[in-house]
Amino acid sequence: MLRELLRSVLDSVRDLLPIVVVVGFFQVAVLHEPIPNLGDMVAGFLMVVAGLTLFLRGLEMGLFPIGEAMAYGFVARGSLPWLMIFSFLLGFGTTVAEPALIAIADEAAKAAAHGAVIATDPDALRKYALHLRLTVALSVGAAVVLGVIRILKGWPIHWFIIAGYIAVAIMTSFAPPWIIGIAYDSGGVTTSTVTVPLLTALGIGLAQTIRGRNPMIDGFGLIAFASLTPMVFVMAFGMLH
Amino acid sequence: MEILSGLAKILLGNVLDVAPIAATLFGFQVFILRQPIPHPRRTLLGFLYVLVGLALFLEGLEAALFPLGKLMASQLTAPSFLYGSEAPPGVIRWRDYLWVYAFGAAIGFATTVAEPALIAVAMKAASVSGGTITAWGLRIAVAIGVAIGISLGTFRIVTGTPLHWFIIVGYVVVVIQTYFAPRVIVPLAYDSGGVTTSCVTVPLVAALGLGLSSTIPGRSPLLDGFGLIAFASLFPMMTVMGYAQLGQWQARRERRRRSDRAE
Repeated sequence: MLRELLRSVLDSVRDLLPIVVVVGFFQVAVLHEPIPNLGDMVAGFLMVVAGLTLFLRGLEMGLFPIGEAMAYGFVARGSLPWLMIFSFLLGFGTTVAEPALIAIADEAAKAAAHGAVIATDPDALRKYALHLRLTVALSVGAAVVLGVIRILKGWPIHWFIIAGYIAVAIMTSFAPPWIIGIAYDSGGVTTSTVTVPLLTALGIGLAQTIRGRNPMIDGFGLIAFASLTPMVFVMAFGMLH
Repeated sequence: MEILSGLAKILLGNVLDVAPIAATLFGFQVFILRQPIPHPRRTLLGFLYVLVGLALFLEGLEAALFPLGKLMASQLTAPSFLYGSEAPPGVIRWRDYLWVYAFGAAIGFATTVAEPALIAVAMKAASVSGGTITAWGLRIAVAIGVAIGISLGTFRIVTGTPLHWFIIVGYVVVVIQTYFAPRVIVPLAYDSGGVTTSCVTVPLVAALGLGLSSTIPGRSPLLDGFGLIAFASLFPMMTVMGYAQLGQWQARRERRRRSDRAE
């Protein structure tokens, strides 16, 4: 138990170490400037390490085993409609819980308030951030459903990706300029700590269960879908706003 | 005391963040699959960890990674750093900001090479490819892609070029490459874009972009601040497919040379 915890701490440290090394190098070799509030920052780093460790440990103890077993087992027993509902909720739920998205949505709300797109009171900020996250979550849910249908049918992935790109290009010309940056970013942000392991398990589980599918070719790709649809949905969100 | 009440408030918010996925998994387990939840006590403890961990992580981001990204942005673009004692020119010259691009590339490369999710995927892909690609080569390819992406993204913020030009041109390149790349690598290449940006890198990179756009004269955080993560997810697709194409090309040349010798 203690050893597992130690290993998780080391994992989190390894995530942060490159950042510390690169920033440290630039501070010492290029900028020659002291970091103000160094104490606060070190405390914050320790909180990030502790938080990330606990978060990942908790996921491994509780959610991941059930989620993965379920993703693997679902095709064998569940009917198609239930599989679709499960896929949607899995995409939606993992995205709402994604820490990176929580952080970025708050920053996006601040930038929007700063640019006078929304009001500056905390309520408006919170509402905007929440709506943004729900939009992304809806889009990831839709992406997973679409991706699962693709795996079931064995359709080639690049047709969907190319169609998605065309949709992004068309939406870009209609969407207000202030939403474009955050829309493009939201695709990369959503596919992170919580979403990737569960979606990968779902994709590979499906591809393994269905005869004639190659896990390498058909199993991957859910993540790609999940990083594409948020762009379209978030731009639509900006147009409706 | 203030920190504690703040933490409690965040904790409460996190319950709502985690609720949908928890409800989905447990709901399906109990009501649809009609199976008991395995190790209920361990699972519950895991939940507690998730909630406390998320609260600490988000607080830590506010205290460390966001300020660090913004600090680096402001220090690297400070007139005293850029021009020394000379008077700053009235216009923005992209050549003055070389250290910004270097920093973006270094952060992108370093964080990606060490990314655990990528290591697992790379080993799996190498074993499937039959020797045309190696796990290390793949990791380096993705890391170079992220480095180019973030570096070019900071260049875009400095020059204020619209984001969608870069992205749409990038897509066209990806589509063309898809036709020539080995079929096995394509889904993996598409996924590698999304996988690489971990939840530690994302806040730092986002803060860098927002910081740059608020310190460089004439840029606005709302219009120019975002987009670095999009770049970081786009370019690995190109470098991974490019790397697989290189491996394929080398293998083909090797084969041709061998058959020449045989004749």
